[in-house]
Amino acid sequence: MTKMHVKMTVNGEAAEGLAEPRTLLIHFLRETLKIKGPHIGCETTHCGACTVDLNGKSVKSCTVFVGQANGAEITTVEGLVNADGSLGVIQEMFREHHGLQCGFCTPGMITRAHRLLQENPMPTEEEVRFGMAGNLCRCTGYQNIVKAIMAAAETLNAQKEAAE
Amino acid sequence: MIPAGFEYHRPGDIESALSILTQHGDEARVIAGGHSLIPMMKLRLTDLSHLIDLQDIELLKGIEVAGGTVTIGAMVTQHQLINDQGLADAIPLIREGSLQIADPQVRYVGTIGGNVANGDPGNDMPGLMQCLGATYELQGPGGTREVAARDFYEAAYFTERAEDEILTRIRIPVPAAGTGYAYEKQKRKIGDYATAAAGVLIRIEGGTCADASIAMTNLSDTPVWSVAAANALIGTAVDATARQAAIAAAIDEIEPVADNRGPVEFKKHVAGVILGRAIERAASRAG
Repeated sequence: MTKMHVKMTVNGEAAEGLAEPRTLLIHFLRETLKIKGPHIGCETTHCGACTVDLNGKSVKSCTVFVGQANGAEITTVEGLVNADGSLGVIQEMFREHHGLQCGFCTPGMITRAHRLLQENPMPTEEEVRFGMAGNLCRCTGYQNIVKAIMAAAETLNAQKEAAE
Repeated sequence: MIPAGFEYHRPGDIESALSILTQHGDEARVIAGGHSLIPMMKLRLTDLSHLIDLQDIELLKGIEVAGGTVTIGAMVTQHQLINDQGLADAIPLIREGSLQIADPQVRYVGTIGGNVANGDPGNDMPGLMQCLGATYELQGPGGTREVAARDFYEAAYFTERAEDEILTRIRIPVPAAGTGYAYEKQKRKIGDYATAAAGVLIRIEGGTCADASIAMTNLSDTPVWSVAAANALIGTAVDATARQAAIAAAIDEIEPVADNRGPVEFKKHVAGVILGRAIERAASRAG
């Protein structure tokens, strides 16, 4: 199969590469662009470990062909750090509230939580649980993940208020 | 989990998409959100050599509410259906149903067009569209035609759509003001298809049901729109006796098959419970 030339913006930087059309976005990110934040968990659209932000939408990158993402703006967990390279608020809150144990699901969790809080900056616990329903964790029982996201919402809102 | 190779096309208008489709016949498939098609391709259960991505075609986008009709482009995602206030005001049943489909990530990309056109009995939109009396617009090389959702489904994955046609838009009449609605779905977990689901519309005038529409999901190889079940409610006060009669009529029309969601008797039982709840909720919202 002929390879196609794919261009996208990943974490604010232009990226490009050659790929067969059947290449899934997750494989292009990890194997061609060497961006290893998004993980391959189930590869069947269930677990959410491969979640990335694509044109402002949380998507499971194991269920997107690279051609569909041609020209897109993509953010992975690597793109959610502060400008100085320190942990971003959501990442820091996952650390502080022990929102991970083995950490395998964490990049997907944080990337999804980022979009959720962009759309709903002050979610209730129920809204967090509903909004995170596409991400599976087999360690934590979710309690501390929800706690971390609620705390991140609070911190982000306080930062926003202080800036105004 | 890597699909077989194919050639990728991303046409900018419907004419180009149709021409690629016509040129390659059954070796080509269109892709909308891809969350039914890509998993099938990964499992190598679908064989195709040309994939036609519809994402750049403007004709397939947008939600319009005008003159008592809602028109929805085939590429409108469930996320857009949930967040469109005009649509929620006109037909709140669609938001209620969309929120019960899959999970947030899937709803960002899953489209109404893919959901209705795929012909998967597990999809929720076909039943909802039958409940609402929607019409599908199909465009092919010979032009455009309309097919009622209630006439569209022939068997699992077999529909009225010809291989060289693309489903472009969906038209839905806005239910009369005060129409009660409900979509109730039993599923084992988030992301699963329904064990049983039911969409119900009920209009009540002076304490009596003046009109009703009932459709069920994943309980036969097509959605089941039951006139008999609706007739069991019309002219009644939608009391327990009428609800039981409607449930009995609906169960008589479904043909569930045993699978990992349970045996036939269990599915019929769940269908009855789900439909009963949907009727009660729709009636409570009518007024």
